[in-house]
Amino acid sequence: MFHLSVEEWTALALSLRVAGVAVLASLPFAVAAAWVLSRTRFVGQAIFDGAIHLPLTLPPVVTGYLLLLTFGRQGVAGHFLAEHLGIVFSFRWTGAALAAAVMGFPLMVRSIRLSLDGVDTRLEEAAATLGARPLAVFVTVTLPLIGPGILSGMVLGFARAMGEFGATITFVSNIPGETQTLASAIYTYTQVPGADAQALRLTLVAIAVSMTALIASEWLARLGRKRAVGT
Amino acid sequence: MSLEVGLRHRQGAFALDLAFDSPGGLVALFGPSGSGKTTVVRAIAGLLRAEQARIVVDGQVLVDSAARVFLPPHRRRIGYVFQEPRLLPHLSVRQNLDYGGWFAPRGARVSAAEFARLVELLDIGPLLSRHPGRLSGGERQRVAIGRALLSSPQLLLMDEPLSQIDENRKNEILPYIERMRDEVRVPIVYVSHALDEVVRLAGRLVCIQDGRLLACGPTGEVLTRTDLPMFAQRADAGAVLEARVLAHDEAYALSRLACAGGELWVPRLPAPPGGTVRLWVRAQDVMLALELPQGISALNHLQGEVLALGDSGLGTVMVRLDCGGTPLLARVTRLSAERLRLRVGLRLQALIKSVSFPLAGAAAGAL
Repeated sequence: MFHLSVEEWTALALSLRVAGVAVLASLPFAVAAAWVLSRTRFVGQAIFDGAIHLPLTLPPVVTGYLLLLTFGRQGVAGHFLAEHLGIVFSFRWTGAALAAAVMGFPLMVRSIRLSLDGVDTRLEEAAATLGARPLAVFVTVTLPLIGPGILSGMVLGFARAMGEFGATITFVSNIPGETQTLASAIYTYTQVPGADAQALRLTLVAIAVSMTALIASEWLARLGRKRAVGT
Repeated sequence: MSLEVGLRHRQGAFALDLAFDSPGGLVALFGPSGSGKTTVVRAIAGLLRAEQARIVVDGQVLVDSAARVFLPPHRRRIGYVFQEPRLLPHLSVRQNLDYGGWFAPRGARVSAAEFARLVELLDIGPLLSRHPGRLSGGERQRVAIGRALLSSPQLLLMDEPLSQIDENRKNEILPYIERMRDEVRVPIVYVSHALDEVVRLAGRLVCIQDGRLLACGPTGEVLTRTDLPMFAQRADAGAVLEARVLAHDEAYALSRLACAGGELWVPRLPAPPGGTVRLWVRAQDVMLALELPQGISALNHLQGEVLALGDSGLGTVMVRLDCGGTPLLARVTRLSAERLRLRVGLRLQALIKSVSFPLAGAAAGAL
């Protein structure tokens, strides 16, 4: 029962790679977006905030279709990236990573923003009077203080990326070995008569991965709260 | 090491509009809470961008809104001891102390010997490897003072730095602040509510009320003004008396001093003969007489002239005297003032009991 076949291993490994790359590549953008939302006020901020959170509420198939329109071969961004940087998304695992990143992005931004809101800016002032320029203040004071928030955001984003299905299958289809993630594989097995055991096996794997991620995220959040109360 | 500050700023209903300067040394900002002292200090540090400002330290322009100059805080080389410690919670005490050094110019870094001396003085050696979350309030404040001093500042801002520190420790830290002032010659802006700290440390006193300058001048002069209710109506109002130690009388445990107005007997002081001391004479300890009374226990009498009279609250009158160059304040009842017919220009005797001088070494005693 718990012996995974080669295809199943491939799907799990692909899922982990897609989710890992999605989280790491989108992290700098998530930190930047969280910082903008937490520390600046500008006209149109509500729209910016809404746009970041859109993938949370849109049907994933809409997000996937929008990605196809923009990052597909015919899309403006997709065409540009393929021409100039050689990065191709459509029907590649990179496309699955992009879809996972977009879907996990709001969760990462939320988590990082919350911990940024909790940082005592008076500490940053103190660091500035001690001679630290703004970037140094960010690196030596702000980042360490929001570290647990960043980690828990990454874990949440990772879990979301692992569970991604709708946007991925719409954007890059369901190609075994290239874009067939855990979720797509389970979907495929449920469509084949007599593959219930495989579907159930992968379902248990998915539950284990998600559960681990959620517990890790909660633990990191608690660590962050403990650390923030130190002044 | 001069300091020049001019500020105009609005913050909601609060308006700040004042200017003062200091030739160097320690200048104290004094005033009721909400008067704008912290706003002034924040503007000097660059943490607040005032609408109109001109701040010059030792010839270096930190801010000049007219010339569109604004040096960001990290380039001002200011040591700021905040009202609350503001230690970085993710760093150890040692790392907090070192933090300023990470950014100080190479030549300006504090030596290991100086670091060790300061750590010993502040008694924070056993705390070095701990994190701020595990320190008591007083310990944190001591570390915060150390951190500001170790950043080799060219100007030190201290916003009620000793308010959370117990009396004994205070008396150990005060000499270090004096040394910063006199030996390292760092100009210091010192916010305090405690008159004894101000008298002891400040050469210059700036009084602020409702965002405006009430008085600015040498500490002794400002403190003895009878027209400032801030001082004249305080229970512990008084004057600073500068004197030279003539001799000690061990048999009676007394010291004989010479001040500009005459000689004084005070409880035995630790200062050597020939040294100068600053004593705080409370207005309520000074008695006035038209003629020198005979057969009286008070050992000290100075002849003086009434310079000014002011209301000092609760039916009392504050009398400012000039005793041959030494300013003195006396608080008497309105009844006494009328009986003696006190008026400006009147010559009389000021009597001070020797035991009314706080014991040597006590907080407000030998300054």
